Amino acid sequence: MEWETVIGLEIHAQLMTQSKIFSGSSIAYGAEPNTQANVVDLALPGVLPVLNVEAVRMAVKFGLGINAPVSQRSVFARKNYFYPDLPQGYQISQFDLPIVEKGHIDILLDDGGVKCIGITRAHLEQDAGKSLHEDFAGMTGIDLNRAGTPLLEIVSEPDMSNAKEAVAYMKKIHALVQYLEICDGNLQEGSFRCDANVSVRPKGQKELGTRAELKNINSFRFVERAINIEVQRQIDIIEEGGTVVQETRLFDPDKDETRSMRSKEEANDYRYFPDPDLLPVRISDDFIEAIRATLPELPEAKKQRFITRYGLSDYDAEVLTSHRALSDYYDQVARESNQAKLAANWVMGNLSGALNKANLEIKASPISAKQLADMIKRIADNTISGKIAKDVFEAIWQGEGDADGIIEKKGLKQITDTGAIEGMIDEIIANNPQQVEMFRSGKEKILGFFVGQVMKASRGKANPAQVNQLLREKLKG
Amino acid sequence: MHTKSLSELAADLKSGAYSSVELTQYFLDRINRYNTALNAFITVTDESALSRAKAADEQIAAGSAGALTGIPLAYKDIFCTDGVRTSAGSKMLDNFIAPYNATVVEKLNQAGMPMLGKTNMDEFAMGSSNENSYYGVVKNPWDLARIPGGSSGGSAATVAARLSPVATGTDTGGSIRQPAAMTGITGIKPTYGRVSRFGMIAYASSLDQGGVFGTSAEDCALVLTAMSGFDEKDSTSAEHAVPDFSASLKDSLAGLKIGLPKEYFEEGLDAQVEKSIQEAIEAYRKMGAEIIEISLPNTPLAIPAYYVVAPAECSSNLSRLDGVRYGYRCENAKDLTDHYMRSRGEAFGVEVKRRIMVGTYALSAGYYDAYYLKAQQIRRLISEDFQKAFETVDVIMGPVAPNTAFKIGEKSDDPVGMYLSDIYTISVNLAGLPAMSLPVASVNNLPVGLQIIGNYFDEAKMLNIAHQYQQVSDHHQQIPTAFDVTRGGE
Repeated sequence: MEWETVIGLEIHAQLMTQSKIFSGSSIAYGAEPNTQANVVDLALPGVLPVLNVEAVRMAVKFGLGINAPVSQRSVFARKNYFYPDLPQGYQISQFDLPIVEKGHIDILLDDGGVKCIGITRAHLEQDAGKSLHEDFAGMTGIDLNRAGTPLLEIVSEPDMSNAKEAVAYMKKIHALVQYLEICDGNLQEGSFRCDANVSVRPKGQKELGTRAELKNINSFRFVERAINIEVQRQIDIIEEGGTVVQETRLFDPDKDETRSMRSKEEANDYRYFPDPDLLPVRISDDFIEAIRATLPELPEAKKQRFITRYGLSDYDAEVLTSHRALSDYYDQVARESNQAKLAANWVMGNLSGALNKANLEIKASPISAKQLADMIKRIADNTISGKIAKDVFEAIWQGEGDADGIIEKKGLKQITDTGAIEGMIDEIIANNPQQVEMFRSGKEKILGFFVGQVMKASRGKANPAQVNQLLREKLKG
Repeated sequence: MHTKSLSELAADLKSGAYSSVELTQYFLDRINRYNTALNAFITVTDESALSRAKAADEQIAAGSAGALTGIPLAYKDIFCTDGVRTSAGSKMLDNFIAPYNATVVEKLNQAGMPMLGKTNMDEFAMGSSNENSYYGVVKNPWDLARIPGGSSGGSAATVAARLSPVATGTDTGGSIRQPAAMTGITGIKPTYGRVSRFGMIAYASSLDQGGVFGTSAEDCALVLTAMSGFDEKDSTSAEHAVPDFSASLKDSLAGLKIGLPKEYFEEGLDAQVEKSIQEAIEAYRKMGAEIIEISLPNTPLAIPAYYVVAPAECSSNLSRLDGVRYGYRCENAKDLTDHYMRSRGEAFGVEVKRRIMVGTYALSAGYYDAYYLKAQQIRRLISEDFQKAFETVDVIMGPVAPNTAFKIGEKSDDPVGMYLSDIYTISVNLAGLPAMSLPVASVNNLPVGLQIIGNYFDEAKMLNIAHQYQQVSDHHQQIPTAFDVTRGGE
C-alpha cells in the first residue's frame, strides 16, 4: 500500500527581551542556578505577574512577518499542572485567544516548486525552570533561572508531507525570527525548539491517521531523522495489522529511535481558564503600525529582490536569504563589487566552505564583506584571475591584509601585456618543437600543454584568455 | 487612648500628650492582656512595633508627621510582611517568613504606622466564622462563645476589643463586612482594583480586595486614603485618581437616593435584624434621604456563581503551595506524587481542601462550560443588575448578614448553610463594587451591621453616608464591657 505522511510542527522560540515575560529578572543564558529568579519567578505567596510589553511587541512583529492578522484582544490563560520546576503550579500561556492567528509562510521544495505552509497560531507563554537530575546524590536540583522566560509558541497547520518539508519549514521560521530580531535561534542553548506531530494514512484517504507527538528534536538533522524513523514505525505497525496510539514520544538520537513518554490517557487535564491576575491584552492599530514601520526587509522580499536586482537563480536567492547575517553579507558584497553573480559564487562557494571548515558563523568571518567585494572587483577588472583569487582569498583569510595590498606585495597582478606574453610563448615554442609539430598535425589537445607551460612561466599570472588566443595564433604559424 | 479616634490620637501625638512609643506600648499591653481570651493575633511584633514607633516619634518631632504617623495598626495575616511570618492562617505557611512587603504594608509603613502584629483568619480567607484557622477559633469580644465572623475575624475582633485602633482585612465574599457587622465595628471593602493586591496572598484573584476595619467611618477614611492607589505591580489595580476620603465626610445627605433591594429583605432574614436595618434607614430618611425600593433580580444566583468562581481560582492559586520551595513539606516522601499528596494533604484544612476539589472539578475538561463559563455569565448579569439600579439610586442599603453572630461550632457541620449566610455580601464581590458595614443596632447584646453598597469608585460617598449616621448615633462607640477598663472591664 502507498502511504502518505502528515506533519505539523510546534516551534518554541525564546524571545530576546531583556527581562522575563512577567517579572523584571534577566533572561541571560548561563548564569549560576537560581540567581535570576526573584519573588515573582519563585511564585512566593502574594506575588503577581506583570506583562512585559516588549514580549508583546515581538509577538506582533512575528504576526506581521507571517502575514497574519494581530488579534486586537488576546487573553492569558493558566495551564494547570504540578511539576517541581513549574513554581506557580500553572504555566501562564494563551489558549482560546492567542495573540497571532492564521498566518502562512512559503517553503521551496526540492523540485523547485513552492509550497505554502499554514500557521494556525502563535501565542505568548512563560517557560518553566529546569530540573537537574544529576549531581545531587539521588535528589533533583531545581534551577529557576529559565522560569518565566518569554516564549512564542508557533503552531503550524498539518501541511507538511515529508521530513524534508518539515525541515524546510523549520528553517524558514528559524530565519524569520532572526530577521525580525526576536529570537537568537540558538538551538544548542534551547532558544529555538521544535516538537513534531506526525501521522500516516493510506494515500488518498481524507481523514487523518492517529498522530504521535515527537519531543526533543532540537536540531534540523534530528527533525528529519526523527520524522523518518517515526513514519516508518507507524507504517510498520499498521502493515502488521496493529493500530497507532495517540501518544507523546521521545526521540533518542543515540539509539536512533523514538519511544513512548506518555499516552493520551496519561495526559494531564490542564484545566485552562483565563488568568485573573492579568487583564486581556488589547492592541491598537497605532501600536501595530508603529511596529510595522520598524520591520526589516523580510526573507521573502529580500529573496525576490536578489532575483530581480541581482539576477540570481531561485535556488541561490533562497540559500543566500536563509540567514539574515548571510543575506546582509552577500548584499554588501554584491553592491560594493557590482558583480552580483561572482559575489554569489564566492559567498556560497569558497567563503561558505572555509567558514564550515573552520566552524565559524558568518558574523565571525575573518574576511569582511568589504574585503571580499574588493577582491571580486580585481577579478572583474582582470587584475587577477579566478585561480590567483583563491590564493588572495586565503591570504586575506589569514589576516595578511586587503586584496590590493596582497596582490601588490606578492606580485600577483595578472600579466595582460601582449608583448610579455608573446615573449614567453615564443620561447616555449622554440623549446618544444616536437609538441608544436603534434599540434600542427591536428592534435589540438596538446594546446593544454602549452597553456600550462605559459602559466608556469608566468607563475600563474598571465591572463588565461589572452594566453589561449595568442598560443593559437602562434602555433598555427 | 483606646477610645480615641485616629485624628484625636494624631493630635495628641503632635501636641506631645504622649509619644508613639507610649501609644504603641499601650496597645501592645492591651494585646498582651486580652489576646489569650480572643485568640485574635497569630503573631505579635512588639520589638519592630516599638522601633517603628520610635522612628515615628522622631518624624513627629521633626515636624514632618502625616495624618497617621505614629498610630499603630494590625494586619490580617494574609498581607506579606518582610521578615515576619505570614501564615494566611494555614499550617502550610506556618514556617513562611515573607521576604518582601505587600504594597499595602509598604504604603502604611510610608504613612508611619507601626505594625502591632498579624491577626488570625480563616485559612487562606476561606470561611465566614474564623473557625477554619490552623491557629484556632477567634472569639467574638461581645460573647466569647460566639464567632467573630470571617474570614478577617482576627482583625475585626482586634478592633472591636480596641486592641488596635485599626486593622487591615481582605474581602472576597464578605470577609471584611460580615466580621465588621458581627463585632460592631466599621469595615470597608473598596472597589476591586482600588487597593493593590500585590503581596496579599490570593484566595480568588478576581474577587479579593483589601480594605480596612476601624471603629468609625472617619477612621476608615483616613487609612483607606493611605492604602489606595494604582500599583504597577498589580495589573488589575485601577488607574483611578484617589481622593482624600476624609474630605467629603461632612457633606449633607439631603436629596440622597437610597435603594433598598427587595431581594435583601425576603425570607431568611432574621426579624430583629430586619427591624434594626429599617430603623437605620429611617434615620437616613430623617437626614433628608429618599428611600426607593429596587430589585436585584439575579441575587439568588450569586452564591452558586461565587462557589464556582472562587473555588476555581483558589484551586489554581493554591497550586504553588507544593512544599518544594517554601512552606510545609511532608517527611520521607516516597516519590514526587507522594510528596505532593502528603505535603498538601497534611497541611491544608478541611475547608481549603473542599474548595480546591470543587474548583478543580469545575475547571475540568467537559465541565468548564457548564460551570466556570456559566458562572462568569451570571457575574455579568449581577453587575448589570447593579448598574441598572445605580441609574436611579446613589447607594444601595441592606443587611450584611441574615443573623447576628452565631455560636462557635453551630454551623461547623453545615458548609452549605454557612455559604448561604453570605447571600447579601457576595454579589458585591462578583460585581467588583465597593461596600461597607457600620454598626446600627444591638440585638441581645450582639451587634447588627448595615451594609452600604456604592457604585464603582464611590467610596467617598459611602464613607460620607456612614459618617453622617455616626454623627447622630453612638453604636460605633460601644465597647464590649469586658475589654473596656474605663468601664470596669478586666
